[in-house]
Amino acid sequence: MSVYLDHAATTPLRDEVRDAYVQALAVVGNPASIHSHGQRAKRTLEEARERLAAALGCEPIEITYTGGGTEAINLAIKGIWWARQRDAVRPTLLIPGAEHHATIDAAEWLAATQGARLAPLPLDDNARLAPTELRAALAAVGPQVALVSTLWANNEVGTVQPVPELAAVAAEYAVPLHLDAVSALGYLPVHFARSGVQAMSVSAHKIGGPVGIGALILSRSVTAVPLQHGGGQQRARSGTQDVAGAVAFALAAELATAELDEFARRLSALRDDLVRGVQEAVPDAVLRGVAINGDRLPGNAHFTFPGCEGDSLLFLLDAAGVSVSTGSACQAGVPETSHVLTAMGVPEGEARGALRFTLGHGSTPSDVAALVAALPQAYTRAQQAGLA
Amino acid sequence: MKILAAMSGGVDSAVAAARAVEAGHEVVGVHLALSRMPGTLRTGSRGCCTIEDSMDAQRAANIIGIPYYVWDFSDRFRAEVVDDFIAEYSAGRTPNPCMRCNEKIKFAALLDKAIALGFDAVCTGHYATLVTDEAGHPELHRASAWAKDQSYVLGVLTAEQLARCYFPLGETPSKGLVRAEAERRGLGVAHKPDSHDICFIPDGDTRGWLAEKVGEKVGNILDNEGAVLGQHRGAHSYTVGQRKGLSLGRPAPDGRPRFVLEVRPTSNTVVVGPREALAIGTIAGGRWSWAGQPLAHPERDFECEVQIRAHADPVPARARIARIDPEAEVYREGATEEFVVEPDEPLHGVAPGQTAVLYVGTRVLGQFTIDRTVSAVSVEAQA
Repeated sequence: MSVYLDHAATTPLRDEVRDAYVQALAVVGNPASIHSHGQRAKRTLEEARERLAAALGCEPIEITYTGGGTEAINLAIKGIWWARQRDAVRPTLLIPGAEHHATIDAAEWLAATQGARLAPLPLDDNARLAPTELRAALAAVGPQVALVSTLWANNEVGTVQPVPELAAVAAEYAVPLHLDAVSALGYLPVHFARSGVQAMSVSAHKIGGPVGIGALILSRSVTAVPLQHGGGQQRARSGTQDVAGAVAFALAAELATAELDEFARRLSALRDDLVRGVQEAVPDAVLRGVAINGDRLPGNAHFTFPGCEGDSLLFLLDAAGVSVSTGSACQAGVPETSHVLTAMGVPEGEARGALRFTLGHGSTPSDVAALVAALPQAYTRAQQAGLA
Repeated sequence: MKILAAMSGGVDSAVAAARAVEAGHEVVGVHLALSRMPGTLRTGSRGCCTIEDSMDAQRAANIIGIPYYVWDFSDRFRAEVVDDFIAEYSAGRTPNPCMRCNEKIKFAALLDKAIALGFDAVCTGHYATLVTDEAGHPELHRASAWAKDQSYVLGVLTAEQLARCYFPLGETPSKGLVRAEAERRGLGVAHKPDSHDICFIPDGDTRGWLAEKVGEKVGNILDNEGAVLGQHRGAHSYTVGQRKGLSLGRPAPDGRPRFVLEVRPTSNTVVVGPREALAIGTIAGGRWSWAGQPLAHPERDFECEVQIRAHADPVPARARIARIDPEAEVYREGATEEFVVEPDEPLHGVAPGQTAVLYVGTRVLGQFTIDRTVSAVSVEAQA
């Protein structure tokens, strides 16, 4: 028996997406070529871009395909920051501490090498960014802010940010806001135009598409300096475009959007069962992030287990056939204390016992039952192993 | 048995893990993350615990067909091994960090965690042999191939630890055969160079590394009569027996090479002298452990062989545990007894902080940390 409870890391390629992907891989021609083969490839690509745009609530011209979520985020953070330096002095990036490493490391790189300044955006105990905090930070820094960036929903603890309110505050100060929507897409209603933000990053493999394609949605009003230079195939990116990836991404996004209400309802109910099951199996377990009836990703459950290492629990659950995660950051498989929990003010000793369970397509009540059955013994053993 | 195979990313631990699987055990591979330098790559034969080693270990585990995990012991390693190494050098002693790692990390923190998580034993690629005596007690013996024997660095293991160890390479006649076996098994690490030196000093420059950690402080180099011969940039960079790097500028009056005889960290001085002054007639120290059953009467003189470095030759000796004269200079706070070893022939290059491992034949009896030495010359003079 093998149970997969790590859909936030990547979720299985959907059958219909795989079929469309394989079919599109047979298309001959580079979409940048002028001949008929090229034109056919270009037509397939642009149809896919239109479909993705419709699913995401943006215009096709606003989509720049990338090699994935990390590249999209890097392009947003670095590209917009560079562009914002062209006509004024705006060195400051406003970024909360619980962002994905793609954001944090890109921002720190800008600070270390390009003269950017980082200003903190305090989060509450649940990793939520209050619009009042954003307003206070924007007011404090003044006109020197290049960009605000935040997760739409936190990839570790599942906290959903008050996006429309944050966008309204950023708009008051005429500062572009980038949303890392990688973990939100497919689980929350994501509509770029209605969100009121200027940039948004998404990735296909989190919603049943293939690994290797993502996109930065960039409103017409915002410019991003490209990270890579070459043939100028897209607005903010050079490089031959991935026609088959675009087709697969478009279908995965269409399916996710069409099925969202029903999917989110089903997943929430299953997640609620999981949370209750875990709390009954291990009453000491502490649910992190907002309550399950609050603003939380429907498939996300995140706990800390007192007195043990998350990687001990992960190992024991893996041996019992249940795949879970200790968080998101991973360097050659070395688990580190989650910076997300640190940003939420969780003490290091408690943060070390973190485990994330994420549900998605194909998750069933028997998956939850298998976890709940395996957990008590794993917890007892992991406690014996203690903190290294 | 459920076996945890500690996999460094090298050929020995990979073949050991493969043999454990072949012997019918349920094996899980674990790589110990001992530092957090994710960008480091291996250069030549130096360094371990790099991202490349972790990847090598994982590939080996894939090929052997066992699950693989990385366990992070970097905080423990820094506290127990690296900081200890710096403190020992600063105190004028010469520690062996690999033994410290075996004692505190591999066969302690890792072993304890493994047992708690349901494993029966930890398997490593060390060349040493485990034997069970008639009463069922474990004994640690040298590897059958003397040239590769690593029993010295395992001398710190206790009976309880030995009972949970598994060394599948102990009977292997040569490293060449292990490499050939790795090749036959399709392991990419078959021809990976052996690791040398100290893993947390990747460029091998121990002196430079210590200077960076401890700082440089100019002090005097004296001869054994107390005359100032020159200056050094920090006593901690010198090791007893060292000949190179003294930079005294002029030769000794008799024209013979000079060696470091003593390092005195409190006065930041280094004492040098002729080679014969390095000859040690007695070593003594504390912090001992028995590798298996202890002797019934260690206070009585017993015959053994003493080895003071991983690749030194063992020397026949008489040893005992003796009471420390309360009037004597204090080498170890609070100690009332010490291990005293008198080798049949003088030892050379003995420094406080080194580990003396005692053998009876091929069997490892136990070990202690050398606190003080007595020159063979003065012993003879006294006699």
